[in-house]
Amino acid sequence: MSAVDVPVTGHANDHGDPHVNYLKAKSGIGSWLYTLDHKRIGILYLAMVSLAFLAGGIFALLLRFELFTRGKTIVDAETYNRFFTLHGAIMVFLFIIPSVPAALGNFCLPIMLGAKDVAFPRLNMWSFYIYLIGAGISLYSIINGAVDTGWTFYTPYSASPTKNYVWAMTFGVFVLGFSSILTGLNFLVTTHTMRAPGVTWRRLPLFVWGMYATAIIQVLATPVLAITVLLLGMERVFGLGVFDPRLGGDPVLFQHFFWFYSHPAVYIMIVPGMAIVSEIIATFTRRAIVGYFAIAMSSLSLALLGFLVWGHHMFTAGMSEFSTMLFSALTFLVAIPSGVKVFNWTTTLYKGDVWLTTPMLYALSFIFLFSIGGLTGLFLGSLSVDIHLHDTYYVVAHFHYVMMGGTVMGFIGGLFYWWPKITGKLYNESIAKVGWFLVFVGFNVTFISQFIMGSRGMPRRYYDYLPQFEPFHKASTIGSWILGLGMLIEAYALLSAVFSGKKSPPNPWGSAGYEWNTATPPVLANFVETPVITRGPYDYHLATPEELFDGFPEDAPKK
Amino acid sequence: MSNATTTADDATDAGHGHHAHPSFLQHHFDTPAQQYDAAKLGMWVFIATEILMFGGLFVAYLIYHALEPALFKLAHHALDKKLGALNTVVLLFSSLTAALAVRGAQRGKRNETSMWLVITIACAAIFLVVKYFEYSHKIHLGLLPGRCFGHPGFDKCFGEAGAATTPLALSVTEHGTLLQLPTRANMFFALYFMMTGLHGVHVIVGMSLLTWVLIKNIKGHFSPEYFTHVDLGALYWHLVDLVWIYLFPLLYLVS
Repeated sequence: MSAVDVPVTGHANDHGDPHVNYLKAKSGIGSWLYTLDHKRIGILYLAMVSLAFLAGGIFALLLRFELFTRGKTIVDAETYNRFFTLHGAIMVFLFIIPSVPAALGNFCLPIMLGAKDVAFPRLNMWSFYIYLIGAGISLYSIINGAVDTGWTFYTPYSASPTKNYVWAMTFGVFVLGFSSILTGLNFLVTTHTMRAPGVTWRRLPLFVWGMYATAIIQVLATPVLAITVLLLGMERVFGLGVFDPRLGGDPVLFQHFFWFYSHPAVYIMIVPGMAIVSEIIATFTRRAIVGYFAIAMSSLSLALLGFLVWGHHMFTAGMSEFSTMLFSALTFLVAIPSGVKVFNWTTTLYKGDVWLTTPMLYALSFIFLFSIGGLTGLFLGSLSVDIHLHDTYYVVAHFHYVMMGGTVMGFIGGLFYWWPKITGKLYNESIAKVGWFLVFVGFNVTFISQFIMGSRGMPRRYYDYLPQFEPFHKASTIGSWILGLGMLIEAYALLSAVFSGKKSPPNPWGSAGYEWNTATPPVLANFVETPVITRGPYDYHLATPEELFDGFPEDAPKK
Repeated sequence: MSNATTTADDATDAGHGHHAHPSFLQHHFDTPAQQYDAAKLGMWVFIATEILMFGGLFVAYLIYHALEPALFKLAHHALDKKLGALNTVVLLFSSLTAALAVRGAQRGKRNETSMWLVITIACAAIFLVVKYFEYSHKIHLGLLPGRCFGHPGFDKCFGEAGAATTPLALSVTEHGTLLQLPTRANMFFALYFMMTGLHGVHVIVGMSLLTWVLIKNIKGHFSPEYFTHVDLGALYWHLVDLVWIYLFPLLYLVS
């Protein structure tokens, strides 16, 4: 490649030297607040979703602590209702949906495509500010007395005149939806139009495939949430009646609309986690990932199937028997692409050169915990069993195994994996591993006890419980403390790396992935010149020893 | 990856004005074609989100229409078919003029483009004026959504007391026939106002968008090589038109 081939690249501009480390190219608060650089926007998102994770986590610890003893432990029942609503709403809308795509996706996707930025950098910045506005509106609702409807805002309770701040929370969700749509739109267009020469669809990193599938769901499902909460808002202002049985409306229609978004949203949450795991598994087994194309297509089929199974949240809400059977059958189909991924990952491990770093431990945890979460989902998809388990702690444990055991494990694994890329610093491996151990143990203690309680009939969202559930609730609460401690240690491991970590070599993991092919941390324009890709991101047999060298260039063995 | 000669060369070339780099090309794109493709695809994806947003309302309409077809047929006579048809013609014509504006831009005829854009924006304004008369007549008669139904001029349907208000049966004489509408007819008007209201918001957004494009066109931002804004503005306007093409028969021509 010479400069002549690509005359427009390497073009200096007013906004900083494109060939300097993106963290140093510009300085000052303004350079962050008005940035159009996808890497910096990713970091801004990361800071905000981490704060949201902290807030949601504090509510989780508070509500678990309330359940430590029967009856009142620290707060009354009203406050407890607010705790679980805020825990759910914050974790879903402010943390987990934007977490991987908006933070890590923003940072990595254009680099993995060999592009200088996403297709619409200004829209990307707006997406972040719309997120902030949505978060601010939600915060307003929290400060003014919060919401106690549960994160699902079911009508008619959420539309009743006494629920004064539900409108603020749902309006916040409406605004946050636009942020999510803009991110998805940007990723779709970027993947289609911004790929560097040689980055064919069959050479697309699996992380990009995952982001692409996620973007499809974001773009197609989120508008339905928008119209749903808009109707809910009109219900309050004009007494519209579409969801109000007194005016001829149907509250179950709200559930249909809500889950038509919120079930695909489950895949907005889990597919990015899977995308990260695919990258980590390939890097730390040092081999081409088995079933590359099958994994890529399974992401797309999850995106498609996600739109067809919303009814399984409503088996007991009064649908016809035929509809419930149809939704149940479709739900079982989801097991196929999920299985494709799990089997291909485990096959990649077989005879792979496994390197047990912290990201790899998180990826392995993902496979283990997601399998439990997925398999317990099959019980919930069976009609007769679901009648017994619906709205019990079994459901709570099931979706925490998928969301927390899946997506959050993937997200933290991804953070450790790309932390050297983002910050240019190495984290302390021993501290991070201790943190991982506590997170893993704490998580299982918290939620296995909930599976047992749920299967024995403990309903979710209850303030009080019968004596026979006491040991399980105690165990679950103690588990949440271990989990919380583990999370604090991981936060320390990441933050201390930024301030006192050792400098990272360009490719600390010796990965063949495209994103390690540029400087660490990347330069402002990502690449000094548009790269020409000649091999796949997992082609360890085609990568040169220099590309896979995991030390500093000056220490490299001379040919 | 680093190429010493490239960097040194560019360091001296600080600022804009690189050769082979048209002024409209943003830094992160390699070619004008790439930039155009990205913009066009982005607008199509955005249009898909709009269709899904309206999709929720269409589904609600289909469900409630299926539940009470006779009631919907009765209630729809309260809408003014002539004004609805007039608006349909106005919007269809505006889609034609929007397309002609793109053609003008493609051929580099700046004044022609401006003229077609002005006509399109004027059509949008006519549409909104007609809509205003329709809405105010409905509000005056009390043909209102939900609990406000049967309360002319939104009488006693807001505020503290508003929450307890219930819809009232209504008899209105429209186009020479007496319509006796039961309280349950509120659902038809709930959907009418939601669907045409959301569409009306889109008309206003489309108008603003086309006005912005018009100003850019007058300032001479476009050329036969670069007219992305005109193209995308027209594309968005076609969507607004398309949604109305579905709304008109669903609401005004129930049978």
